[in-house]
Amino acid sequence: MTATTATLFSPELAARLDKLVTLYPVRRSALVPMLLYAQDELGYLTDAAISEIAQRIGITELDVRNVLSYYSMLRTAPVGKYHVQVCTNISCMLRGGQELFEHCKNKLGVGHKQTTPDGVFSLEEVECIGACCWAPAVQVNYDFHDNLTPEAMDAVLDQYRKQAGK
Amino acid sequence: MPTLVSHPEEVKLVSSRFGKGATDIDRYIELDGYQAARMAVEKGADWIIAEMKASSLRGRGGAGFPTGMKWSFVPKQSERPKYVLVNGDESEPGTCKDHLIFLHDPHTVIEGTIIAGLAIGAKTGFIYLRGEYRYLLTIMEKAIADAYAKGFLGKGIFGSQLDFDIISHTGAGAYEVGEESALMESLEGKRGIPRIKPPFPAVVGLYGGPTVINNAETIATVPHVLRMGGEAYAKIGSERNGGTRLFGVSGHVERPGVYELPMGYNLKKLIYEVAGGIRGGRQLKAVVPGGSSTPVLLPSEIDLGLDFDQVGKAGSMLGSGGVVVLDETVCMVEFALRTIKFYQHESCGWCIPCREGTDWLKKTLTRFHAGGGEARDIDNIRYLAENMLGKTFCPLGDAAAMPTIGFVKKFRQEFEDHLNGKPCPYAKKQALEPVLA
Repeated sequence: MTATTATLFSPELAARLDKLVTLYPVRRSALVPMLLYAQDELGYLTDAAISEIAQRIGITELDVRNVLSYYSMLRTAPVGKYHVQVCTNISCMLRGGQELFEHCKNKLGVGHKQTTPDGVFSLEEVECIGACCWAPAVQVNYDFHDNLTPEAMDAVLDQYRKQAGK
Repeated sequence: MPTLVSHPEEVKLVSSRFGKGATDIDRYIELDGYQAARMAVEKGADWIIAEMKASSLRGRGGAGFPTGMKWSFVPKQSERPKYVLVNGDESEPGTCKDHLIFLHDPHTVIEGTIIAGLAIGAKTGFIYLRGEYRYLLTIMEKAIADAYAKGFLGKGIFGSQLDFDIISHTGAGAYEVGEESALMESLEGKRGIPRIKPPFPAVVGLYGGPTVINNAETIATVPHVLRMGGEAYAKIGSERNGGTRLFGVSGHVERPGVYELPMGYNLKKLIYEVAGGIRGGRQLKAVVPGGSSTPVLLPSEIDLGLDFDQVGKAGSMLGSGGVVVLDETVCMVEFALRTIKFYQHESCGWCIPCREGTDWLKKTLTRFHAGGGEARDIDNIRYLAENMLGKTFCPLGDAAAMPTIGFVKKFRQEFEDHLNGKPCPYAKKQALEPVLA
């Protein structure tokens, strides 16, 4: 895909993706990062994004869907502006991760993999995020929040709500 | 920002630059950075491999395979290009050591990758980070760009005739990709499904070329080994277990954190002295010594040296060094259920014993913990798990089965306490405890 071809993505991302396919011995190696970066910009992987990525790599859309369905972070439906991912795996569970997840459910009024009606927050119970020694831990989009209590979690959510202007 | 901890008994090598601003390349150089890579360029592959063998450094990802030996398996001549692949897909529950390495000392990963490349004759290295570690990927990308700008990467590294490139790469959420053959599949842009072995990656790996795959902590250790000398490094640890290890202590201890201690360090001391003992002065119930896939140890079994051989002899594994500490308030059936829920979620479904086994275990344990258990379930849980062992392409099936067998074997009484239609008899006790700090 050349710069003159129509693209769904911003000029910055399009340039980044153009470069990405040239880095590896085979173009296809760029697929997983490409899907993730596209999702970061669009919020989720739309049909049009999947189609463009298939063209960029030179594989079928079916191949792309086959790969993206394997990875837990990739999605084909929108989530909230702030995607709250609460870890309840063993180290977090021992330090209140499960209770924290329940707290978030009550606070946000949504369940696992659901989005608030205003679209600001979505909630997900996730597996280990690699913050075991600072448990319980939560990731909001890509930001880590460690050593949380229900009160500290409220402050975190309030901060994001403010950022969203709601 | 993850909290850094410290204890006087620590021997800081891999963690020596944590909290010292070493993400900045000039600061890293000031702190003796890139000296080992320069030595490696000068002295060559045979010297590197000899030092690595002398160090008795063993893979920090969990398997504990001797690193020097792994590198020596790569054929000297190869028609296809050779590769170094750094495994930073850190996803084993209880493990967060690589998180700190990428955060505080990204250049040591680059330096170790260069050295591994020189040792096997590769011109390209890949550093694979799990997708959740996006902020660490940004740190890594900047470090790589800075190393190129200094001439430490690219054409003619360190003023030599040698070329070496490093590409950082992100995953997108998958525990199984931490298994080396699934990692290669993922890097090739596919589903992370394991490959059958042999051929081993050292012969046929990434893009069909000979490939060395090392855990990020192993790679971060390499420059320290070369700088201090393999023999000196080996002396720090115990027999056949050279050097230090980043132990991540989590769960019910007073001071959870990542501590760097010599291999062979006593587990009881690690919990009661280094990590400050059990929170709130409670009683210890169990220890998972090396990440969620390692069989549980009883309090009577923890007077034990933490190295691959001693923990193995005790019927468990040193694994990833993630020590998870459980106090008396934990229901072991619930803990077993949470563990298997993870493996059920992460099983890729390629091998039937793992796909079906983890699913049936989750279903059975869910019903069992809710009070719908029958006496025969207890043996059935163990039987299911035992029939997964060794029957899958990759070790995910074993990783799910081994802890399950351990829970039933060592905490059978707690399983029996759940019988006769009673819901979890431990639940109330746990719910009343103020578990949150």
